Amino acid sequence: MVSTPLDPDRAESVFADFKGEYTREQATLEASRCLYCSDPPCVKACPTHIDIPQFIRKIATGNVKGSARTIFDANILGMSCARVCPVETLCVGDCVYNLMHVPPIQIGKLQRYATDRAYAEQWRFFEAGADTGKTVALLGAGPASLACAHELRRRGHGCTVYEKRPVVGGLNSTGVAPYKMKADRAADEVDWVLGIGGVEVVTGVEVGEQVSFQELEARHDAVFLGMGLGPDTRLRVPGEDLPGVHGAVDFIEEMKLTKMSLAGVRHAVVVGGGNTALDAVREARGLGVTDVVMLYRGDEAAMSGYHHEWAAARVEGVRAEWRAVAVGFEAGADGRVAGVLCQRLDEKRQPIAGDTFTLPAELVLVAIGQSKLGALVQSLAGIEVHHGRVVADERGATGRKGYFAGGDCRNGGKEVVNAAAEGKAAAQAIHAYLTGGL
Amino acid sequence: MPDLSSNTGGIRSPNPFWLASAPPANSGGQVQRAFDAGWGGAVWKTLGRPIQNVSSRFGAHSVAGARAIGFNNIELITDRSLEINFREIYDTKKKYPKHAVIVSLMVETRDEWRDIIKRSVDTGADGLELNFGCPHGMCERGMGSAVGQEPKVNQEITSWAVEYSSIPVLVKLTPNVSDIVPHGLAAKRGGAHGVSLINTIKSIISVDIDRFVPEPRVGGLSTNGGYCGQAVKPIAMHMLAALARDERFRLPISGIGGISNWRDAVEFILLGSSSVQVCTEVMLRGFRVVEDMIEGLEEYMRTHGFSTLESMVGRAVPSYSEWGNLDLNYETIAKIDPALCIGCNKCMIACEDGAHQCIHPNPTGARMPVVDESECVGCNLCQIVCPVEGCISMVGVDNGFAPSSWNQFVEESRVLRPKKGAH
Ligand SMILES: Cc1cc2nc3c(=O)[nH]c(=O)nc-3n(C[C@H](O)[C@H](O)[C@H](O)COP(=O)(O)OP(=O)(O)OC[C@H]3O[C@@H](n4cnc5c(N)ncnc54)[C@H](O)[C@@H]3O)c2cc1C
Ligand SMILES: Cc1cc2nc3c(=O)[nH]c(=O)nc-3n(C[C@H](O)[C@H](O)[C@H](O)COP(=O)(O)O)c2cc1C
Ligand code: SF4
Ligand code: SF4
Ligand code: SF4
Repeated sequence: MVSTPLDPDRAESVFADFKGEYTREQATLEASRCLYCSDPPCVKACPTHIDIPQFIRKIATGNVKGSARTIFDANILGMSCARVCPVETLCVGDCVYNLMHVPPIQIGKLQRYATDRAYAEQWRFFEAGADTGKTVALLGAGPASLACAHELRRRGHGCTVYEKRPVVGGLNSTGVAPYKMKADRAADEVDWVLGIGGVEVVTGVEVGEQVSFQELEARHDAVFLGMGLGPDTRLRVPGEDLPGVHGAVDFIEEMKLTKMSLAGVRHAVVVGGGNTALDAVREARGLGVTDVVMLYRGDEAAMSGYHHEWAAARVEGVRAEWRAVAVGFEAGADGRVAGVLCQRLDEKRQPIAGDTFTLPAELVLVAIGQSKLGALVQSLAGIEVHHGRVVADERGATGRKGYFAGGDCRNGGKEVVNAAAEGKAAAQAIHAYLTGGL
Repeated sequence: MPDLSSNTGGIRSPNPFWLASAPPANSGGQVQRAFDAGWGGAVWKTLGRPIQNVSSRFGAHSVAGARAIGFNNIELITDRSLEINFREIYDTKKKYPKHAVIVSLMVETRDEWRDIIKRSVDTGADGLELNFGCPHGMCERGMGSAVGQEPKVNQEITSWAVEYSSIPVLVKLTPNVSDIVPHGLAAKRGGAHGVSLINTIKSIISVDIDRFVPEPRVGGLSTNGGYCGQAVKPIAMHMLAALARDERFRLPISGIGGISNWRDAVEFILLGSSSVQVCTEVMLRGFRVVEDMIEGLEEYMRTHGFSTLESMVGRAVPSYSEWGNLDLNYETIAKIDPALCIGCNKCMIACEDGAHQCIHPNPTGARMPVVDESECVGCNLCQIVCPVEGCISMVGVDNGFAPSSWNQFVEESRVLRPKKGAH
C-alpha cells in the first residue's frame, strides 16, 4: 500500500454515487445495445482511444476479464476514468445513437462495470519489462505520472515518483467530486497501478524545495513533469482573507480528506462559472447548505463549465447570479464572512454604474481557476513555458534533453483521461529516448 | 370487419389462433382461461398411456438482450390420467361450444388407438390430432417421431384413426426428416383431413460448460430435446410451404413453429396455414398475447382487403418457386440515404469483410460511407446490418437485359447480364 490511510469520517463520505453501478443483467442488456461500429466516433472521442465496441462486446458475451484487459491496455486509469470522465462531452457524446435520437450507449457505466470487476477479482494483466537499468524521476503522483510510470515499468525502466503531498493520486484523490469518486477509490487505483512493481513513491517531497532538479538529473536518466496546476487563483478584492472565504480547490481537498463542519452555514456563494465552480456548488448543497448561489460574470451560455453539470446542479436546487462579480466581502459580528458585495455587469462585462447588491454568505468558495506551475521549471535551460504551461511536442518531449511533460501542467488543465493519455504517450517517448531512438 | 373464422379440414374456430398441444393446453382450467383471453381453439396436451416426466425438463437459447429466442424440452405426453383429461375436455366443450377443441393422441397398438379415439370422440371434441412428431422419449418407445419418420407406418396408423373417428383427423408431422413432402403425402393416403406442422426439432440446447453436461441437466445426464420458439420459424415455414405448393398434397394445414405475434401468423397463413398453433410464446408470456395477434391480423386483413381468412390462405405460395426460375438479370443495388446515415460504418465493414468490398470511406471525408454501384452485387448484407430503418434501400436497376432464369438460359439460350463483383 502506497496510499496513506484515510479518515473514514471525512466530510466527502456523505455523498452517494451519482451514477450507480450496473448489475450483471443491466450491463449485459446495455452492452448488447452497442452496434459494434467499425472505426467509431466514440473511440476517436476518447483521449486514450479505448477500443470501446470491443470492450463492450466482451461484456455482452460474459468475457468481463477480456473486457477489462481491453480497457486497461489503452488506459491504465480506466477505473477512475469510468467514474470521472465527462462522458457526455467525450465518448458518449459522440456515440452514433445520438444521431438516431436514441439514448447513447452508457460507455462510462459499462467501463465501470468491467473495471470494478477487475479490482474486485484482483485480475492483473501487465508485468514489468526486463530491467533496463535506467530510471526516471516523475514529478507529482497524479494521473499523468501514474499512467507514465506504469507504461515505463511495462518497458522495464525504473521509476521514482516525487510527491509533495502526503496523499498520492493527485486531484483524483484531492479534487474530483465525491459523488463521482471518493478518495478511497482513488487510493485503490494508485495501489492497483503500482501493483506492477518497481515504482518508488516518495511523499512529502516537493521538487524545487526538498530536492532540486540538479539532484534529479544526477540520480535519474530522464524527468517527467506531471505536477499539475498550482493553488487557486485569488480575486484580490477587499475581505478575501476573512475566515469562511476559501479557494474552491483548497476547500474541496479539505472536504475530501478531513472532517469538516458546515453547521452555521446557511448561505454559500461560489464565484466562477467553470467546472470547479459547478462541482463546488453541488458539493456545498450535498454538505447541507440550503441556499447555494453561483456567481458568474457572464451569462449561462458563456459558462465554461459543462451544461449537463449545470443542469444537474439546478435540479439539486442551486441558483445562479449571471453577469455579476464579487467586489468585496463583508464580515459579520463574529468576524467571519457574512456577505458578498456584488457588481452587476453589462453585456460587454463592464460594470453597470450603481447596480450593486449583497448576497448573504457564511461560506464563499472562489473558483476562478488555478495558477500554473510553469515557473517551477522556467529557469531550466531549454524548457519553454507559455502562459504558465510547459511546452512539449505531441509526444510530450520538452525543449530540454531528457525532460518530458504531460497532464494539467502541460495542457493547462483538462481531464483525468487527458492526463492518462499524455502520461502514457510521454512514457513511450521516454522509452525511445532512453533506448536511443529519440 | 374482416371475418377471422377458420376451417381446418372441417374443424371450425372463431379465429385461427389455437394453443398447440403442449403445457398451455394441459388442463381444462388452462384451456378455458385461454378461450376467455381470446384463443379460438386448443389442441389438448397429447393423451396416451400415462407417463412419468423428469423434473428438470426445459432449456433456452438466449442471446444477450433477448431471452429464450429458442426453447427446448424433454418432457413427454400428458402425465395426468385419461379419465381426468376426458372429463375436462367434455366440460370445456360444453362451456365453449363454438371454440375448437382438438384432442392430441399418441398410443401404440391398433386396439389402443380404437379405444382412445372412441373415448375422445365421446367428449364432443371437434377433431383429433395424431402426434407423430415428438422427437424425444416417446420415439424410443416406437411412437411419436418414430412414426412420423416412416411414411408406411404413418399411413397405416392414420388409416386406423380415420376408420375409428367420426370427427376430422389431423396428422401432426415431425420436422426431423430430410423432406417433409412424402410424409404429408403418406398422411393424405391414410385419409387424414389435414396436417399440423411442425412439431419440435431434435436439439441440444446448450452445455453447462462448468459441469460438462448438456442442458437441461437431469443430475449428471441430459438428453436431446425438442427445439421450438421464435428461432425455428424459418424451418417451420419452409416445411409448410413445401407441402402447400405440392400439387399432390392439397390438404388443409395447421401451421406451427415459432409463431410469436400477428406478423408471424400472417406469414404462416400466406404460406398456406388455415389455422396457426402457438406453444412457446404462451409458455413465455401467457395467454393474453392473443389479443395483439387478433387485432394485428384483423388490421392486416383490413388494409390488404382480405374479407375472409380463406381468401388469404396460401396467397404467397405461388411466388415460392425453384431457384432455377429466378431471374438472373434482375438487379438491385444498395443506396444509402445521407439524411438517415449515422456513420456507424457497419455496412462498410460487413461488405469489406463479409461480402464484395464495394462500400468505401467517403472521399470527401464525411462520416458516411459510399457504395460503389458498379461493383455492388445487391446482396442485401449492408441493409441487414444497418441499424437505421430505411437508411439503406435496395433499389432495382434497369440494366437493359430481358429477364432470364437459369432454366431459360439453359433451355432457351437466353442472354445473361455480365457478372458483378466477381473480380
Ligand atoms: C475540483 C476539480 C474537479 C475535477 N473534476 C474532474 C472530473 O470530474 N473529471 C475529470 O476527468 N477531471 C477532473 N478534474 C481535472 C483532473 O483532476 C486533472 O485534469 C487531472 O488530475 C490532472 O492530472 P495531473 O497528473 O496532470 O495533475 P494532478 O492531478 O494535479 O497531480 C499533480 C500532483 O503533483 C503534485 N505536485 C505538484 N507540484 C509538485 C512538486 N513541485 N513536487 C512534487 N509534487 C508536486 C501535486 O501535489 C499533485 O499530487 C478536476 C479538477 C479539479 C480541480
Ligand atoms: C414443453 C413442450 C411440450 C410439448 N408437448 C407436446 C405434446 O405433448 N404433443 C405435441 O404434439 N407437441 C408437443 N410440443 C410441441 C408443440 O406443440 C409445438 O409443435 C412446438 O413447440 C412448436 O411450436 P412453438 O414454436 O409455438 O412452441 C411440446 C412443446 C413443448 C415446448
Ligand atoms: S476513458 Fe473516459 S472518455 Fe474514454 S471511453 Fe472511458 S469513459 Fe469514455
Ligand atoms: S458509437 Fe455507440 S454504438 Fe457505436 S461502437 Fe461506439 S458505443 Fe457502440
Ligand atoms: S450501416 Fe447504415 S447508418 Fe451505418 S454507415 Fe452504413 S448506411 Fe450509414
